[in-house]
Amino acid sequence: MYKNSINFMLLFSRQGKLRLQKWYVPLSDKERKKISRDLVQTILARKPKMCSFLEWRDLKIVYKRYASLYFCCAVEDQDNELITLEIIHRYVELLDKYFGSVCELDIIFNFEKAYFILDEFLLGGEAQETSKKNVLKAIEQADLLQEEAEAPRSVLEEIGLT
Amino acid sequence: MLLRELIRTIRTARTQAEEREMIQKECAAIRSSFREEDNTYRCRNVAKLLYMHMLGYPAHFGQLECLKLIASQKFTDKRIGYLGAMLLLDERQDVHLLMTNCIKNDLNHSTQYVQGLALCTLGCMGSSEMCRDLAGEVEKLLKTSNSYLRKKAALCAVHVIRKVPELMEMFLPATKNLLSEKNHGVLHTSVVLLTEMCERSPDMLAHFRKLVPQLVRILKNLIMSGYSPEHDVSGISDPFLQVRILRLLRILGKSDDDSSEAMNDILAQVATNTETSKNVGNAILYETVLTIMDIKSESGLRVLAINILGRFLLNNDKNIRYVALTSLLKTVQTDHNAVQRHRSTIVDCLKDLDVSIKRRAMELSFALVNGNNIRGMMKELLYFLDSCDPEFKADCASGVFLAAEKYGTDRQTSLHITPAGSYVRDDSVPNLIQLITNSVEMHAYTVQRLYKALLDDISQQPLVQVASWCTGEYGDLLVSGQCEEEEPIQVTEDEVLDVLEGLLVSNLSTPVTRGYSLTAIMKLSTRFSSVNRIKKVVLIYGSSIDVELQQRAVEYNALFKKYDHMRPALLERMPIMEKTAANGPTEIVQTNGETEANPNPNIAIITIHASNATEADMTDFVFQAAVPKTFQLQLLSPSSNVVPALNQGTVTQVIRVLNPQKVSLSFTNCLTYTLKGSPVQDLAEVNNFPPQSWQ
Repeated sequence: MYKNSINFMLLFSRQGKLRLQKWYVPLSDKERKKISRDLVQTILARKPKMCSFLEWRDLKIVYKRYASLYFCCAVEDQDNELITLEIIHRYVELLDKYFGSVCELDIIFNFEKAYFILDEFLLGGEAQETSKKNVLKAIEQADLLQEEAEAPRSVLEEIGLT
Repeated sequence: MLLRELIRTIRTARTQAEEREMIQKECAAIRSSFREEDNTYRCRNVAKLLYMHMLGYPAHFGQLECLKLIASQKFTDKRIGYLGAMLLLDERQDVHLLMTNCIKNDLNHSTQYVQGLALCTLGCMGSSEMCRDLAGEVEKLLKTSNSYLRKKAALCAVHVIRKVPELMEMFLPATKNLLSEKNHGVLHTSVVLLTEMCERSPDMLAHFRKLVPQLVRILKNLIMSGYSPEHDVSGISDPFLQVRILRLLRILGKSDDDSSEAMNDILAQVATNTETSKNVGNAILYETVLTIMDIKSESGLRVLAINILGRFLLNNDKNIRYVALTSLLKTVQTDHNAVQRHRSTIVDCLKDLDVSIKRRAMELSFALVNGNNIRGMMKELLYFLDSCDPEFKADCASGVFLAAEKYGTDRQTSLHITPAGSYVRDDSVPNLIQLITNSVEMHAYTVQRLYKALLDDISQQPLVQVASWCTGEYGDLLVSGQCEEEEPIQVTEDEVLDVLEGLLVSNLSTPVTRGYSLTAIMKLSTRFSSVNRIKKVVLIYGSSIDVELQQRAVEYNALFKKYDHMRPALLERMPIMEKTAANGPTEIVQTNGETEANPNPNIAIITIHASNATEADMTDFVFQAAVPKTFQLQLLSPSSNVVPALNQGTVTQVIRVLNPQKVSLSFTNCLTYTLKGSPVQDLAEVNNFPPQSWQ
C-alpha cells in the first residue's frame, strides 16, 4: 500500500453487512473482499470497552460505532489516530445534516448520496474541505444540477408522453 | 424497476438463496437492457448494479457501461458513471484507460461540479499513465482562482506525485502563493501538497523551509482568532488545518536549528492553551507533542511534551491513554529520565482491560526497569505475568529474565524467575538453569518452588525440564527442608523419586524431558540414601526402546558397577557457571582436546594441554573460549599462566561445557600470551570433538 492518509473506509452493520466501501488504494475486487471480510470480523469481535485503535496487518485501524453502524478507516502508521476520529465524526455530522437525523436505512436506500457526500469531504484519502457548510453547499448545488437534468423528462413522463 | 424499489425488494428476501434468485433475475434484465444500448435506463441500471455489487455479487459486466455514462452529457449520468468507475474499476484493468479522454474533457468542462467529479476520480484511482497524461490539466487547475477547484486540484496533484514522483517538479511554480489563500479548504489541501513534496525530496524540503514563518502566522491566527462558526469544532478553530500545519512544521523543523527555533514559541503556545476536555483538543496536543519530540526543541519544551503525555496517561479516555503509551515508547530511549517520572502511571496501565494498552504498558515498563526500581517493578510485572492473556506470557517471561539478569541481585533474581519459569520457552531453559545455579543462597527456595510446580502441572515441558534438573541437583536440600524464604515443604526421598519416575512414564513428557528426569534420578544417588531404588530404575531403562534413554541408563549402570568409586565426584554439585567472553575466530597454536567419560550427559568435560615448542617462555598465557548461545562454558583455573619453552612443560586447564540441547560441540578459542616481550593473539576453532562428548 502506498502512502496515504486514509487507505480505505468501510461502513458496516453489526451483522457484518457492508453499507459503504471507499478504496483509495489500487486493489482487485477479490483482495478488497478478503480485506473487508477479515477486518469486519476482527472489529465485530472486539468488546465495547476496548479502544478505537488497533494494529492490523501493517496498518492502523481507527473505528467508531454510531448507532447500528461501524465506521472504520485504515490509516498509515504515522497518522494521528485522534484526528482520524474527528474525520469520522465530521462525516457522520455531514450525513446527519443532509438526511436530517440520519439512520442506517438512509444510507442503505441512498447509498449513492452517501458516496457523493464522502467525495465532497475527502479526496484521495485526505480531507479536501474543513468547513461543514461548504461541503453541504456543494452537495446541494450538485443535487440541484441533477434535478434540472432530469426535470424535463419527468414532466413528459407525468403527462404520459414517453 | 427503480433503484429504491429494487433495494426494498431485495431486503424482503428471507434466505440467501432467495436473495440470490432475485439478484440473478434483475442482473439478467439489466444485461439485456445494456445489450439494447438503452440510454434512458443505463444510469438507473448501473446504480442498481452498484447496490448489488456492494452485497457481494459480481458486476464486471457493468464496467463499460460506466464509461458510457461518464461520456454522456447529462450530469446525472456522469455522477453515477464516475461513482461506478471508482467502485468497479481499478487501475489494473486496461478498460480504465479509456476514461482518460473523458476525464480530460471534463477537467475543462464549463460546470465546476463536472470538473470536480473528474478531479475526484483522477485523484482517487488514476493510474500512472493517466496521471502522466493529465498532469498538465491538474497543474492548470491548481492555479485557478476558483477555490472549489483549487483545493481539489491540490489533492489530485498529491495523487499524481505519489504515482509518478518525477512529475513533482512541474507543480512547484503553482505552489508559490498557495498559502496566501484565505479559503481553509485550499489552505488545508495546500499544506497536504507541500507536506508530500517535502517528504519526497530533500531539495523541496530545503526550498520550502522559508515558509515556516508564514505557517507559524497562520497557526497563530487560528488559535488567537475569535469564534469562527464555519470552522469551529468544540471551541477550536479548524483542528484539521491545525494538525496538518503542525505536521508540516515537524518535517521542516527536523534537523534544522533555525526552523526549530522559529516555531518554538507557537508550539509552546499550542501546548499550553489548547482545551483538553474533548478529543479534538487532545488530537491537536498529540500532534504538537509529536512535533516537539521530532524537531530540535529546547529541553524545556521537551519536558512540557512528556508531561502532556503523562497527563494523557491519566485521561479517562482509553484512546488517549493508548496514544500516550505509543508516543512514550518512541521517546523512552532519548528522554529516559523524563519518562521515568511517569513510571507508576505506566505500571497502572498494566491493569487496563484493553489488549493494545496492556501490551504497550508492558513494553514500556520493561524499558523503564533499572537497578533502583527493580524490586517494585518486578512485583508488578510478575503479577501481570500471572494474570495476563496467554499471548503475552512468553514475551513477558523473557522480559522478566532479561531484567532480572541485568539489574537483579542473585537473591532477587531467583525470587523473580521461579514464578516466571512456568512461562519459559524452550530456548530459555539453559539460561534459566544458569541463573538458578548462580543464585547460590536461593537453591533451597528455588528447588522447593519448582518441585511444587511439578506437583501441580507436568505438561509445560520447559518448566518440567528446569524443575527436574533442579530436583536432581538440589534434592538433598528439598528433603532436609532447608528453605528459608517460605515454609519448608515436608517431602520424603521416595516421594521425590515418585515424581521424577512419574515424569519418565508420563505421556506428556517429551524424550528430552525424560532424559532430564533420568539424569536427575541418577544424581540423587549421591544425595539420597535410597540408592537401591535408583539402581533399579536405571537398570530398567537400560533396555528402553528410546535409544537416548537406553544409552544413558547403560552408562549410569556402568557407573554403579565398574566406576562406583568415581560416582560421587562425577555427580557432585555443579559449580557456578561463568558467562565467557566471546572473541573472534582463532588459530590454535598447540592444544590437545580430550574428553572424559561423564555420567551427566549434558556436561562435557574437556581438558586442555598447552605446550610451547618455541625457544622462549610464553608468559601471561590466557585461554578464552567463545561458544554459541545453546552452550554454557565454565573455565576452571589453569595450572599456570606460563608455558615453558622447548616443550618443557604444559599448562592444563579444564573446561566444563553444559550442552543440554545436544548440539554438536564446537567452540572458538582465543589465546593471548607474551612472547619475547611482545603480546601475541591467536584465534582458532575446534570442532572435531568425538560424538560421544556431546550426544
